[in-house]
Amino acid sequence: MSTEAKTDFTSNLGRIYTIYTGGFIAFVIFIAILERVGVPNNILGYLFVAFTIGVYAAIGILSRTMQVDEYYVAGRKVPSFYNGMATAADWMSAASFIGMAGTLYLLGYDGLAFILGWTGGYVLVATLIAPYLRKFGCYTVPDFLAFRFGGNAARIAGIVVLMSCSFTYVVAQIVGTGLIGARLLGMSFEMAVFVGLVGILVCSMLGGMRAVTWTQVAQYIVLIIAYLVPVVILSTQKFGIPIPQLTYGTVLSEIQIKEAALGVAASASHIVPFARYDPLNFFALVLCLMVGTASLPHVLMRYFTTPSVREARSSVAWTLLFIFILYFTAPAYAAFAKLEVFENVIGKPLGQLPSWVYSYGKIGLIQICGVNAVDVARIAGHTGILGLANFSIQADAIVIATPEIAGLPYVVSGLVAAGGLAAALSTADGLLLAIANALSHDVYSRMINKNAPVSKKLVIARVLLVLVAILAAWVASGRPADIVAMVAWAFSLAAAGLFPALVMGIWSKKTTSAGAVAGIWAGFLTTLVYLVVTRYFPGFGVDVMGMTSNVHPVTRVPLVDLAKLKAEQPQIFQQGMVLINHPLASRVGYFNVANISAGLFGMPVGFLTMIIVSKFTTAPSKEMQNFIDDIRRPRGEAVMIEKAG
Amino acid sequence: MSEPNKVQAHWAATQRLTYIMIGIWAFFSFFIHMFAPALNSIKILGFPLGFYMAAQGSLIVFVAQLFWFSGAQDKVDRQYGMAEDD
Repeated sequence: MSTEAKTDFTSNLGRIYTIYTGGFIAFVIFIAILERVGVPNNILGYLFVAFTIGVYAAIGILSRTMQVDEYYVAGRKVPSFYNGMATAADWMSAASFIGMAGTLYLLGYDGLAFILGWTGGYVLVATLIAPYLRKFGCYTVPDFLAFRFGGNAARIAGIVVLMSCSFTYVVAQIVGTGLIGARLLGMSFEMAVFVGLVGILVCSMLGGMRAVTWTQVAQYIVLIIAYLVPVVILSTQKFGIPIPQLTYGTVLSEIQIKEAALGVAASASHIVPFARYDPLNFFALVLCLMVGTASLPHVLMRYFTTPSVREARSSVAWTLLFIFILYFTAPAYAAFAKLEVFENVIGKPLGQLPSWVYSYGKIGLIQICGVNAVDVARIAGHTGILGLANFSIQADAIVIATPEIAGLPYVVSGLVAAGGLAAALSTADGLLLAIANALSHDVYSRMINKNAPVSKKLVIARVLLVLVAILAAWVASGRPADIVAMVAWAFSLAAAGLFPALVMGIWSKKTTSAGAVAGIWAGFLTTLVYLVVTRYFPGFGVDVMGMTSNVHPVTRVPLVDLAKLKAEQPQIFQQGMVLINHPLASRVGYFNVANISAGLFGMPVGFLTMIIVSKFTTAPSKEMQNFIDDIRRPRGEAVMIEKAG
Repeated sequence: MSEPNKVQAHWAATQRLTYIMIGIWAFFSFFIHMFAPALNSIKILGFPLGFYMAAQGSLIVFVAQLFWFSGAQDKVDRQYGMAEDD
């Protein structure tokens, strides 16, 4: 594409995406008409997938580029509003789209730790990090660490942390596409993983960051429409007001009345704080998620693409606004679903359950008396009234089931599938780019072959991108439950491994290279050891590291009686790696801190190591101090470009 | 103001603004939710206030403070001649 064509494109963004949104709505209406005339559901589902991925692919191909600046940072021409949208799509994963509302359904108030944690982190991004990295003018996060902290030791430390938080995350997104395909579209899991892989590659391979940016904007539009439509309709049906975020207050009141009638203890109510996480763990989780958000490389690198430092800042504000629209809707989903369950499922005779229970029981998302609720016959042996204790629903079912709960036609379910797919693909694209760019830019161009010609660098970048994508899809095709569970680790690892170095690199002139490298490793390893030991080697944790049992959030009774267990079953302490259902797994630790909040230990360790080692090593040079002054003010050229030129 | 003084004053003003931002952030991320059980006894449109703050209230503050910040920091940059177009 020539420069004029590009300028033409950016000045017409509003028009282009308005037409696109209109086109997408027209397409949904077209599918609704097809459904009316009797086209079968699975065909409609495939049309949704084919159409949306086709559009993303078209954007990906139109945005192809052979310029390094375009490939790594979209030419730094993305206006803040659109970068906000792209970052929101980059940020909101399959888990946010499909799982968040379900987590809130299951955890009630305490699930709001995720809502707070995954939004408030952007305040740290905007104030402490993003504008300064934009001024610095790097292509990747390890680039900054290497420059500020004198070379490859810091770069390698940064790459290790980046890889360990991004790879499990990208695998989880591809597993997400597999599950959406299997559950909503009737594809086989493997087929859906393959479709996901193709969907990711067409968006990223030819155009790098530039292509990913413009597809992510398109994906945000699809995912936000898909997320809002079912619950807006549900709210309108129930209250005549299409603002579920407002009307679910009434639903919460009704839930409390139902809870009382069903004999739910007041202390376990949906709205009662600190019933599942005690205050320490609630706030520790909020902190780890927020600080982790502010240090995840695939998020930070999106702010390298704005035309100016000023736009990087306003872009963070837009990002949070676009994320907010989804996150403040998720608790409404949870509340509406909970009321439906309390009103129409619990306390009903087994023969009179609503049909959606069976639709989602069939795919393993709902169990009654411990068996999948496949059909009336399957649970017919259990006669009588369905009690609260005998009904269990998986977190993933809530958003998926809402269209059917509201009695909506299949087209809405197809729309939700397209939205979930957009959420998974957009996040996978961003992560894949973060991983592949660290390999191609930081490892290859900066460490292995510094003088490679541009064309060779870009070929290497694409080859690595494809290889990483195939590796991730291959891991995902084995449905690794452990890896999906590890995504929560990414936040603590990033918070402890990268946050101290990024913040101190910008905010302290005294932090030395040795201090930073030591701090990154200390924070990262402290967190990693706590995560791995508490989850996989709890026996070792108790015997050698002196860990104790975590306690119940309300009764404060230890979850496991270690002394008694030791006397009766000493063998369970001697095992090596243990499975998730092991009696000690994720139930031991220090000071009752759950392993999901391991960053609580790693962050202070990282900061303290950095400060102490810096005190005893040679202070940064005058030149480096001037450089820090330079990134602290927007005026002037980007630092990195100045140095290169 | 001489150039080195301007650089210093600009950074001091930037730090002040950042501390205000972090203060607001900490208040609405942590402090206010410590009182969630008590706040829950107040109901607005059916929402228990403690629940509402964690589900919407704090989020609205975060969004608003970020838009305010991007304007306020820009003003600071211009005041000391440190903005991109100076």
